[in-house]
Amino acid sequence: MARTKVTLDANEAAAYVAHHLSEVIAIYPITPSSTMGEWADQWSAEGKQNIWGTVPLVVEMQSEGGAAGAVHGALQTGSLSTTFTASQGLLLMIPNMFKIAGELTPTVFHVSARALAVQALSIFGDHSDVMAVRQTGFAMLASNSVQEVMDTALIAHAATLQSRVPFLHFFDGFRTSAEVMKVEQLTDDDMRAMIDQDLVRAHRARALSPDNPVLRGTAQNPDVYFQGRETVNPFYLKTPEIVQKTMDKFAQVVGRQYHLFDYVGAPDAERVIVVMCSGAEIAQETVEYLLPKGEKVGVLKVRLYRPFSVEHFVKALPATVKSLAVLDRTKEPGSIGEPLYQDVITALAESVAAGSLPAMPRVIGGRYGLASKEFTPAMVKAVFDELKKAQPKNHFTVGINDDVTNTSLDFDPTFSTEGKEIVRAMFYGLGADGTVGANKNSIKIIGEDTDNFAQGYFVYDSKKSGQMTTSHLRFGPKQIRSSYLITSANFVACHQFSFTERYDLLSAADPGAVFLLNAPFGPDEVWDHLPRTMQKQIIDKKLKFYVIDAVKVAKETGMGGRINTIMQTCFFAISGVLPRTEAIDAIKHAIEKTYSKRGEAVVQKNFAAVDASLSNLYEVKYPNKVTSAFDLRPAVPAEAPAFVQDVLAPIVAGKGDTLPVSKMPIDGTFPLATTQWERRNIAIDIPVWDEKICIQCGKCVLVCPHATIRSKVYDEKYLANAPATFKSTAARWKEFSTQKYTLQVAPEDCTGCSLCVETCPVKDKSDTKHKAINMMPQLPLREPEAKNWEFFLTLPEMDRSKVNVGLVKDSQLLEPLFEFSGACGGCGETPYVKLVSQLFGDRALVANATGCSSIYGGNLPTTPWAKNKDGRGPTWSNSLFEDNAEFGLGFRLTIDKRLEYARELLPQVANLVGAELVDALRQADQSNEAGILQQRGRVQLLKEKLQGNKSLIAQELLSIADVFVKKSVWIMGGDGWAYDIGYGGLDHVLASGRNVNVLVLDTEVYSNTGGQMSKSTPRGAVARFAAGGKPLPKKDLAMIAMTYGNIYVARVAMGANDAQTIRAFIEAEAYDGPSLIVAYSHCIAHGIDLAKGMEQQKLAVQTGYWPLFRYNPNLAKEGKNPLTLDSKAPALPLEKYTYNETRYTQLMQSNEEAAERLLKLAQEDVNKRWKMYENWANAPGNGSK
Amino acid sequence: MLDLTTTYLGLKLKNPIVPSSSPLMQKVDNIKHLEDAGAAAVVLHSLFEEQIIKESNILDHYLNYGTEGFWEALSFFPEQKSYNIGADAYLDHIRKVKAAVKIPVLASLNGVSIGGWIKYAQKIEQAGADALELNMYYLAADPAQTGAQVEQMYLDLVRAVKASVKIPIAVKLSLHFSAFANIAQQLAQAGANGLVVFNRFYQPDFDLENLEVVHDLELSTPDLLRVRLRWAAMLHGKINADLAVTGGVHTAEDVLKCMMAGARVAMMTSALLEHGTEHVRAVLGDLAAWMQKHEYESITQMQGSMSQKSVAYPAAFERANYIKVLQSYRPAI
Repeated sequence: MARTKVTLDANEAAAYVAHHLSEVIAIYPITPSSTMGEWADQWSAEGKQNIWGTVPLVVEMQSEGGAAGAVHGALQTGSLSTTFTASQGLLLMIPNMFKIAGELTPTVFHVSARALAVQALSIFGDHSDVMAVRQTGFAMLASNSVQEVMDTALIAHAATLQSRVPFLHFFDGFRTSAEVMKVEQLTDDDMRAMIDQDLVRAHRARALSPDNPVLRGTAQNPDVYFQGRETVNPFYLKTPEIVQKTMDKFAQVVGRQYHLFDYVGAPDAERVIVVMCSGAEIAQETVEYLLPKGEKVGVLKVRLYRPFSVEHFVKALPATVKSLAVLDRTKEPGSIGEPLYQDVITALAESVAAGSLPAMPRVIGGRYGLASKEFTPAMVKAVFDELKKAQPKNHFTVGINDDVTNTSLDFDPTFSTEGKEIVRAMFYGLGADGTVGANKNSIKIIGEDTDNFAQGYFVYDSKKSGQMTTSHLRFGPKQIRSSYLITSANFVACHQFSFTERYDLLSAADPGAVFLLNAPFGPDEVWDHLPRTMQKQIIDKKLKFYVIDAVKVAKETGMGGRINTIMQTCFFAISGVLPRTEAIDAIKHAIEKTYSKRGEAVVQKNFAAVDASLSNLYEVKYPNKVTSAFDLRPAVPAEAPAFVQDVLAPIVAGKGDTLPVSKMPIDGTFPLATTQWERRNIAIDIPVWDEKICIQCGKCVLVCPHATIRSKVYDEKYLANAPATFKSTAARWKEFSTQKYTLQVAPEDCTGCSLCVETCPVKDKSDTKHKAINMMPQLPLREPEAKNWEFFLTLPEMDRSKVNVGLVKDSQLLEPLFEFSGACGGCGETPYVKLVSQLFGDRALVANATGCSSIYGGNLPTTPWAKNKDGRGPTWSNSLFEDNAEFGLGFRLTIDKRLEYARELLPQVANLVGAELVDALRQADQSNEAGILQQRGRVQLLKEKLQGNKSLIAQELLSIADVFVKKSVWIMGGDGWAYDIGYGGLDHVLASGRNVNVLVLDTEVYSNTGGQMSKSTPRGAVARFAAGGKPLPKKDLAMIAMTYGNIYVARVAMGANDAQTIRAFIEAEAYDGPSLIVAYSHCIAHGIDLAKGMEQQKLAVQTGYWPLFRYNPNLAKEGKNPLTLDSKAPALPLEKYTYNETRYTQLMQSNEEAAERLLKLAQEDVNKRWKMYENWANAPGNGSK
Repeated sequence: MLDLTTTYLGLKLKNPIVPSSSPLMQKVDNIKHLEDAGAAAVVLHSLFEEQIIKESNILDHYLNYGTEGFWEALSFFPEQKSYNIGADAYLDHIRKVKAAVKIPVLASLNGVSIGGWIKYAQKIEQAGADALELNMYYLAADPAQTGAQVEQMYLDLVRAVKASVKIPIAVKLSLHFSAFANIAQQLAQAGANGLVVFNRFYQPDFDLENLEVVHDLELSTPDLLRVRLRWAAMLHGKINADLAVTGGVHTAEDVLKCMMAGARVAMMTSALLEHGTEHVRAVLGDLAAWMQKHEYESITQMQGSMSQKSVAYPAAFERANYIKVLQSYRPAI
C-alpha cells in the first residue's frame, strides 16, 4: 500500500500508531497530551479498527493513576494496552510503572513531555516529567519531530514486545506535540510488518487466566527480594540491541533509518552537542549552517535514553571530539548535574576506564528550554562558542538572563540560520476568529497540493476571552527542522485591528516583507490610524502594505465574526506562495472538505467570502514619513506599582522572555489585585446604565463574571467633584433613603458578554426592548466612562456591618475581591467565585484545584484576586489537581491548631492585656459582620498591648493574634476535580468534620482542557471521550455527601434563584463543620450563547434537571427535616432545557436514535431523583424515622 | 357497499381522510399507525429551507465558538463523522416512510429562494414522494411590497417547481390575498394540481408579566372550518385544481362538510395530536355510519353537493350572508 502524505501534529501521529496497535486504551486528559486520548476515543467511536481488525476499547479513567492501573490490569490479562499522558499525570503513574516494568510487561506510554508544577504550574514542554520516571525501569525512546513521532511510536510498540521491557515514548510537549507538519503516514501493512505476531501471542500466553492460573505480585522478604530484583538484568542488557534491530527493520520496511544515537556533523568534529527531542533538530540546523563556514561541530541525538547503551553512545561520537556540551531540558536542584549530563559523564568515564575510549573529552552540561522557553540556533551557536573557550562555563543555562547566579550564556539574538528559500509567515489573530484553523488549512493545501514541506506552530493565550493567537508558518522545498518561533518573517498579517496599538507586530518583519492588515479603514484612511512605531517600521523596512475590511466582508457574506476564509484568501493572493487561481480552487476545495458536513449553507457562505475578498483587498500607498499623533499604548498605566511596571508589564506586552532571573519572585509568590492594570479593552459593546428606570436590585452586579459592574450607596457630598457624565440617583433602600446610588461599569475591563443585560429584570414601559442597562459601543464611551470608573473607585466602600448580606441587593454593595479575570466572557463559574470574595473575602483562604478557576485565578501575568483598602483579601493557592481538598484541609488544620495555641496563650497575658479583653476575645460572637468588625477591634487592641512587651509569650501571641478573627476556608474547583480525580480526598475531607467550605463549580466537563467527560457529565450529552453521548447518568455528589448527615450540602444555580444561592453560601460558611456547595456553572463547553447562561440555569431548574436544595444538619438537631427543597417539581419536559445546548443537539444531529433513547432515560432520571428528594424533604421530624 | 374512495392530485385514495403536516409525521411508527387506522395518505411535516440554513449556521457557530484561542482547549466538542442536518435527514425519512407504508406519501416543502424550492423539490421527487405540497408560509410584512408582487412571486414559484418535477404539486395557501379566487385560479393555471386551504400561521401572544412576545402551538378548533368550507364551496368547479381542506377538521361531520363543499380530501392534524392516531379509525367509522344512515353510496356522490354552484342560494356564501347575520344580531343590554 502506498504511503500518503498527511499534515498533522505529533499527538495525532502518536495516537494514530497507538490506536492501530492496541486493544485496550485507558486515558485521562492533561495538557498537552489530551488530544492523543481524544483522537483514540474518536476513532474508536467511529469504528476505526486496529491492525487486527477490531476496534480498540477506549476508557476514560478518574485520574492518570487510574489510567495506569487499568493499563496494568489489561496488560496482566494479556491485552495490548497503552495510555497517553504528561507532567503530573506521568508522576501519578509512577507506582504502576514500577510494577509494570518489574513484571516485564510490554507496553508503550506515549508522553508529550511537559514541565512539572514547582514554583508554578506550567503546561509547557520540557523533560522534567520524563526525567522523573527514568528510575522506573521503563525504556525511554525520544522523538524529535512529527515524522519521528509516528516512526518511533511504531518502533517502540514493536521493540517492547520483543524485549518485554515497557517503553516510554516521549517528545516535546507543544513544540512537537502541537506542531503541524507534512509527514509520510505509515500504513497498516507497515505496522503489520513490524509487529511480530508470535510475540503478541507470547504476551497473551503470559497473562493471568483462570485456565492457566498463576500468582503474580507477591510480597517478598529480605531473603529473596534483592535476588528477584536482579532477574530482569538480561532483558535490560538486550534491549538496546533489540531497539537497534527494530530500527533497522523499520528502515527496511519504511526506508527511514534511525539509530540509538544519531550523529550529524563534521566527521572530524571537535565540539559536539548531546541533546534529545526537538532541540536536536535545531542543533542539526545550526550545525548544517556552521559546517560550510569551516566549524568543526556536530550534534549527537539521543534516541534511546533508557536503557542507556554506553557502547552505542561512544561508538556514535566522532573520535576527534575534544569537548562536549550536554543539554538537558530539565532542572534537578542540588544535583551535580542534570540527568543526561550525568549519564554522559558516566558513560565516558566508564569507557575511558575500560579502555574503549582513549581519553576523556571535556564535558559541560547546561539547561535550556524549560517550559517551552524558546531554543534557537542562536543559542546552539552560543553553546558551540562556549565549547571553544579554554574554561567553558559548566552547569550553564542558555536562553535566559540569569543575573543571580550567572549561569547563563550570552547569545546573539540576530543570529539566524533561516534560508532564503523558506517562506516564513506570521499571523496575529483573535481567538475563535478562525485564523488558526485557516492557517492549518493553508498548511494542508501547500503541504498536500505541492512538493513543498510545510510547518505550522501556533501560539495561544492564557486568557479565555479576547485572546491573541500567533500562527507561525513555514513552507519550503527542503525538510524544515526549525522548531522555534519565527523571528524574521517575509509575510505578516494582523487579523485584529485593535492589536496595532497594543503590540509591536512588525518587529519580526523582514525588509521588503508583505504586511496584510484587517482594518475598518480603507487604503486612504488607514495610515493615520496606525501608531508611530508601526508607521516607522513600514517605511524603514519598505513593506508592501495591504489592507482589507474583513469584518465588513464577513458581515456581508454571512460569516459573522469569522474572518478566516477572507484573510486566507488574501494571504494566498498576495504572498505568491501558489498561483492565485490555483490557490482559490484549493481554498474552496478545503472549505468543502472541512465544512460540508455542517451543511451546504456553511459551505456557500464561505465560498461567498472567498469570492468577495479580493475585490475588497487594497494595496496601501503610504507616505515616506511618520505622521501619526499616537504610539503604542503602554502595557500598564504609569500609576501602576513598581512590581507591576517592572515585572508584569513586560509579560503583558509579550516581552516576558527579556526578564532576568533577579526580577522573578523566588518562591512563586505574587502580589494580588493586578488585573486592574491590564485594561484589556476587549469589549465591542459595554452596558450603559439607565438610572431613571433601574430598581437597584443588584442582579446585574451579582451575575457579572468579571466584576466590571459595581454598585455603591454613598453620601451625596462625595459627588462634589464628580465628572460631568457621572450618573447618580436616589438610593432605593429605606435605611439609606437620604443616600445616593450609582451603578458603574469599568469600560476597559468589561468583556462585553452582556450577561448583565440579559439578567436585568427591568423593561421600559414605553419601549420594552430598553432595559435598565443596555449594550452600547465601547469606543465612544471608553474615555468618559474610564473617568467615571476612576471616580467611582474613590467613593467609599459600604460599611459591611450596615447591610443585610443575605439580600441580593445588599450583598451586591459589598466590594468584590475577585475582579477582571481572564475567564470566558459570560463565564458561569466566576459569579460564584466573586460572591465568595464579596461575602467572606477579607478573611478567606482559598485552596484552588487546577482547572479553569486556577488558570483565570492564577495564570500570569496578572491575578484577579484582590484586596480591600485595609490590605485584606482572599489569600489563594493552587497545589495540584488531585489533592485540593486535602490542601484546603491543611489550611483549616493550621487555623484550628493556631487558634487553640492562641487560646492557650491568652490567659497567660491576662495581666498585661486585661481579663476583660481576654474574655471578650475568647467569647466573641462572630456570626455576623458587626461581630467580626468588633473582634478585629479587639485583636488590634490586643496587638497594641502586646507590642512593646518582650516576653516570649507576648511575642508568640502577637505573631498569631490575627487568628482570633474568624477565618473562612474555601476549597474550590471544578467537577473534574471533585467528581473524579480529587473525589477520594474530597470525601475524606468532608468526612473529617472540620470547618471547611467546598465550592464545586460544576460545568459537567473538564472545561479547562476542552470539555472532556467527567462523572458529572449528564446522560445524553456529547463530550470529549463521550463522542456518542454519555450513556450513564451523572453522579449525584450532593446526595452522596448528604448521606453522612453532618455535612451542610447545597445545590445552587444562581440564574434560577439568586436569593437561594446567597442564602446557601452564608449558611454553608456559618455551619461549624464541612460544607459542600454544588453550583451549576454554565460553560462554553455546553455549546450555548453564554449571554443566555442564566436563562439556561433557570430552565435546568424548571425542568427538574437541577433541583435546588439545602441540607442543613443544624435543622436535624432542632428536630426538623434537614433537607429543604428550594425549587418546584419539574414543570417542563427535559428537552426544553437540553435542546438549547450543542452538547445535546450534536447527538440529535449525529445519532437521532441514541439521542432519543438517552433523553428518555435522562427524563426518567429526573423524575426518579425528584421523587427521592421530595420524599426525603417531606419525611416527618428530622427525617431519621 | 359504501364507496369512500376519492382522488386527489391524480392519486386514488381509499377515503378522503389525509393526516397532514405535523410533528406526528417525524416518526415512521406514527405514520404506520395512521395507515393502520385507515388514513388514505399522509402529508409529511415540512422541509423548511430556512430551518436547514439556520441549523447549519447554528451548528457551525457553536462548533467554532470559543475555539482556537486558549492553549489547553482548542475546541470543546468531538467532531462527528456526519450530521443529520440539511435535507438529507428529511429525504431519508421519505424513503423510510415509503418503504414502511403502502398509502401515498406527500412531502411538504417551504423554501426561501426559487433555487432552494427547485433544488429541494427535485430531491424530494428523487426520494420517492408521491406528490409535493408547497407550503407557502410567507408573511408580506414589508410595507414596500405590493400585493401584486407577492402574487407574482407565488406564481413564479409554482411555475418553476412545476417545470422541474414530474410528481403532482399542491399549493398550501393562506387567506391573506385581496382576491383569493383570482389567485387560486392563476395558481391552477400556473400548474398547481391542487390547492390546500388554508395555512394557519402561528400567532404571537404577549406575556404581560415579562413583557415578551410568546409563541406556542395552538391547536385548531372546529370553528376554523367555516372559512375553509366557504372558499372550498366557492372555488369548487371554477378552477382546474383539486381542493383540499385543512384546519378545523376534527370529526366525521367536518369531513362530510368538506366533501360537500367540494374538497377531494379533508386534512386532519390537531384532532390527531389531541386524540392520537386511532382517531382516524373513529372518524372513518362515524363517516360510514352517517353515510349509511343518510343512504349515501359514495364520497364522490356528495363531493361539491353543497358548493356554491350546487346550492339553491349561491349568494349564501357571499356578502348577503354577512348582512343577514348582522341583521339578526341583537346587542346585549
